[in-house]
Amino acid sequence: MTQVLERPKAVTATTSPTRRRRLGLGRPIPYGRLLGPALIIAVWSVASATGALDPRILSAPWTIVHTGIELTESGKLPESILTSLQRAALGFFFGATAGTLLAIASGLSRVGEALIDGTVQVKRAIPSLGLIPLLILWLGIGEEFKIVVIAVTIATIMYLQTYSALTSIDSRYVELAEAVGLKRSQYVRKVVFPGALPGFFLGLRLAVTASWLSLVVLEQINATSGIGYLMFQAQNYGQTDVIVVGLVVYGLFGFFSDALLRIIERRALAWRRTLSG
Amino acid sequence: MAAHAVRVTGLTRAFQERTVLDDLDLTIAPGEFVALLGRSGSGKSTLLKAIAGLDHDVTGSGELEVPQEVAVAFQDSRLLPWLRVLDNVELGVRPGRGRAALEEVGLKGRERAWPAELSGGEQQRVALARCLVREPRLLLADEPFGALDALTRIKMHDLLRELCAKHRPAVLLVTHDVDEAIELADRVVVLQESRIGLDLPARDADRTHLLSALGIGVAA
Repeated sequence: MTQVLERPKAVTATTSPTRRRRLGLGRPIPYGRLLGPALIIAVWSVASATGALDPRILSAPWTIVHTGIELTESGKLPESILTSLQRAALGFFFGATAGTLLAIASGLSRVGEALIDGTVQVKRAIPSLGLIPLLILWLGIGEEFKIVVIAVTIATIMYLQTYSALTSIDSRYVELAEAVGLKRSQYVRKVVFPGALPGFFLGLRLAVTASWLSLVVLEQINATSGIGYLMFQAQNYGQTDVIVVGLVVYGLFGFFSDALLRIIERRALAWRRTLSG
Repeated sequence: MAAHAVRVTGLTRAFQERTVLDDLDLTIAPGEFVALLGRSGSGKSTLLKAIAGLDHDVTGSGELEVPQEVAVAFQDSRLLPWLRVLDNVELGVRPGRGRAALEEVGLKGRERAWPAELSGGEQQRVALARCLVREPRLLLADEPFGALDALTRIKMHDLLRELCAKHRPAVLLVTHDVDEAIELADRVVVLQESRIGLDLPARDADRTHLLSALGIGVAA
């Protein structure tokens, strides 16, 4: 049975609906995130210019820029940056390689897991920087020692992230691989490795942060070169401008290494872009 | 060719103490389309997984005669998100036939798309194409249209019917939709109390009868 609903004869009183008060945050302010830092620099400049801020506590912003240029021209800063970068890069490379290989050995075979996983879990409980005294006794205080400490830190992080990614592949995909009759090697290549890639990249990004942290600590122990050494010396002479230049360099290291990894990650995980928009 | 595509004899499956399938027999002829109905938890998927050889770590017994060329369609399309559509279709087979299969399911030109760029219906079409390239003698489908909206489901029914008419695989379609079973299948079987409780040609199947076999009383 069909029934035609009768239309209302006339639309009485067109009361517009009351506009609800918005409870969520409104639109973001363009370049809003730069506002806070800009404000701090402004206050800092004013305080330095008026003499309210003693340069022994903190140098004026323009002094720091000047010092930065001077250190660059004298070759001191580029040389220190190169030394620091080399330490971090070598430590990162060896650590990431070792950590990833161990994770693959442990994630793809039960024997590997039995041998490796427990050992690394024990190591995980010990902070890598805690190994410094022992490593100094073994390796001295040269470059090897610094690279090894960074590598050990990185290897632990890379292992944990990659191993957990390799072993937590969605069981539905495992079932699919069985249903379409994949060989073990095809399964590893087409399902396990690509499925673990996001976890691997998460590991890389955590590791890169940790490598800068280790670097900072190491360069302040018996170092005779590098950014940390430059800052440590400046501390002895009360040169706050040099210390801030060093901090800026560390900040740039962190920023650019993370940005680089993001770019690589976006390319490697192109299939994900459609999900996160 | 053998007189049957699948023969299941005395199949028993249990999880812990609970017996899900008890001495079950089922034979499917080559090219026959069988719909398997049953309440949730009745063991439909267990039977399908046993036939597909996907049940590990279960206790049970029985004999299974299943052809080499089996394809499985799951409720979710189960495409690997990191493989492009064509690579998903050709997963585990020698490359080459994927394009033709995609054309058959109406997705020509989408070979290079990522699965996440497709709609739910399109993803399920890709999953069908993945079954097609295997040239299966047996197609096992576990509620493949369960997650689709009503309109898409109708289209997929037509597509499946068309493909089955052309390629003539034996089909075991697990579903909880009585109408879908009657519409698509040659034969409808109902799982009841761990066995095939009802087994009749689809043209003789009556909606009310099937529903009551599933334990749903329909008010007169």
